[in-house]
Amino acid sequence: MHPAPSVIVFTTLSGLGFGMLAWMGLGFPVVTGWMAFFMFAVAYALAVGGLLASTFHLGHPERAMKAFTQWRSSWLSREGVVSVAALLVMALYAAGLVFFGAHWALLGWIGAGLSLLTVFCTAMIYAQLDTIPRWKTPLTPVLFLALSIAGGALLSGQVVAAMVLLPIAAACQVGWWLRGDGAFGLAGSTLATATGLGDRGAVRAFEPPHTGTNYLLREFAFEVGRKHVDKLRLIALILGFLVPFSLLWLPFSHALALIAVLCHLAGVAASRWLFFAQAEHVVGLYYGKR
Amino acid sequence: MTTLPSTTQKKLGLVIDLDTCVGCHACVVSCKGWNTENYGAPLSDQDAYGADPSGTFLNRVHSYEVQPEAGPAQLIHFPKSCLHCEDAPCVTVCPTGASYKRVEDGIVLVNESDCIGCGLCAWACPYGARELDAAEGVMKKCTLCVDRIYNENLPEVDREPACVRTCPAGARHFGDFADPDSNVSKLSAERGGMDLMPELGTKPVNKYLPPRPKDEMEQIDVLAPYLTPVAEEPKGFMGWLDKALGAMPGGSQKTEDA
Repeated sequence: MHPAPSVIVFTTLSGLGFGMLAWMGLGFPVVTGWMAFFMFAVAYALAVGGLLASTFHLGHPERAMKAFTQWRSSWLSREGVVSVAALLVMALYAAGLVFFGAHWALLGWIGAGLSLLTVFCTAMIYAQLDTIPRWKTPLTPVLFLALSIAGGALLSGQVVAAMVLLPIAAACQVGWWLRGDGAFGLAGSTLATATGLGDRGAVRAFEPPHTGTNYLLREFAFEVGRKHVDKLRLIALILGFLVPFSLLWLPFSHALALIAVLCHLAGVAASRWLFFAQAEHVVGLYYGKR
Repeated sequence: MTTLPSTTQKKLGLVIDLDTCVGCHACVVSCKGWNTENYGAPLSDQDAYGADPSGTFLNRVHSYEVQPEAGPAQLIHFPKSCLHCEDAPCVTVCPTGASYKRVEDGIVLVNESDCIGCGLCAWACPYGARELDAAEGVMKKCTLCVDRIYNENLPEVDREPACVRTCPAGARHFGDFADPDSNVSKLSAERGGMDLMPELGTKPVNKYLPPRPKDEMEQIDVLAPYLTPVAEEPKGFMGWLDKALGAMPGGSQKTEDA
């Protein structure tokens, strides 16, 4: 799949942002006044910034409101509805903490639930697709939620929780990669089933429909980053999990915390780039690309 | 709603005969022509006369080589467009309701004024039947020429999809698969019409007819008895000449003997 920057930025930032909102909603930590304002500003910047980035790849962003209508059938629509609900509920909860010094716990729990549900919906957009076997697994929402919750713990200063959750998220990541590497073969779609000609001999793509490229090849047959996969995976693991995890053992300072968060962000972004760049769409079979 | 209808009154679709298709791409051209000039946004091209041309097409013809265990390879031309699946995964993923499957005839369409161009339906389609138009930013797909098949301003003979109307080999057939007596149902039943990627459970309406086995003619060559070699090894004068020439410097015989 073509790793569109807007979608990578969106899923990386909003995943972290909603993870942070979930922790704050559960009352970890309960902060008030300027401190609350600052922390909610960071969480909202990530979550809303991510959502805004996602509109950049739309052909008609001005019609984006229509995407709230089909929540009964579409995961993308559900994500839109739930994300707005989460942001509204958490805005009320945040207003209580920032302006009134009041901790409306129930509202926070609802907001936390909606925040995590948003991340789940985002993951399901990918995990529902039969056409991309690497994504089509319950492990995809597990991975997205693990990254979001661990990153959220890091951002909201939950040191002990982050120390436990970062290794768990790393394990989910490695498990998802290992499962994904054999997924296309196991799913069973081949040029033989794609053309229905497999029972009469070995099928080979002889001539493509045209000499140039097209939308399908640009979008679905991305193969550029494959040779750097191992290096990028190592970078994702080191930056995303090992460095922040190690920094958590040092005495707390804001500078170190910032480095830990930025490293984690870079690591997750690398992992998310691979998430798209490595994903093989079955339509590539028709072009002899698999 | 972008939920799928549980059943449709008709199941309009195509039968594509892989035995007859000659790979001329006339269907590609007529499709592009009709759908650029008529319903919906035109099918745009980018850099059409430059070094890196590309464009939106609703129908493309691939060519595949099939190598059987024994015998010569066979070349099969393979037109591919929307299969108007009964369980169309492209429809249910649509967040705006722009994609829908019609209850009356089963055609899968895009309401372009509702399409936000997110591309998710193209991700969900295994067949590459949907292309996001680079100029209009909306999703384009085969409409089964919905603006021809019911169009009373056209002569009756033209009320079928442009690709079917134009095919010079008669490799494309249009009809209603819900009617067991229709031309397409009968053709598909007779010739073993097949689904593409049936393992994905999309239940395509369009069927592909597999190529028939090639005729195998017994080799009869009336000249053969007269052309068999009369002598494998040269004898007599020719034998002496062969040896003598081979023994001369530069002769191939010499190097072999040495």
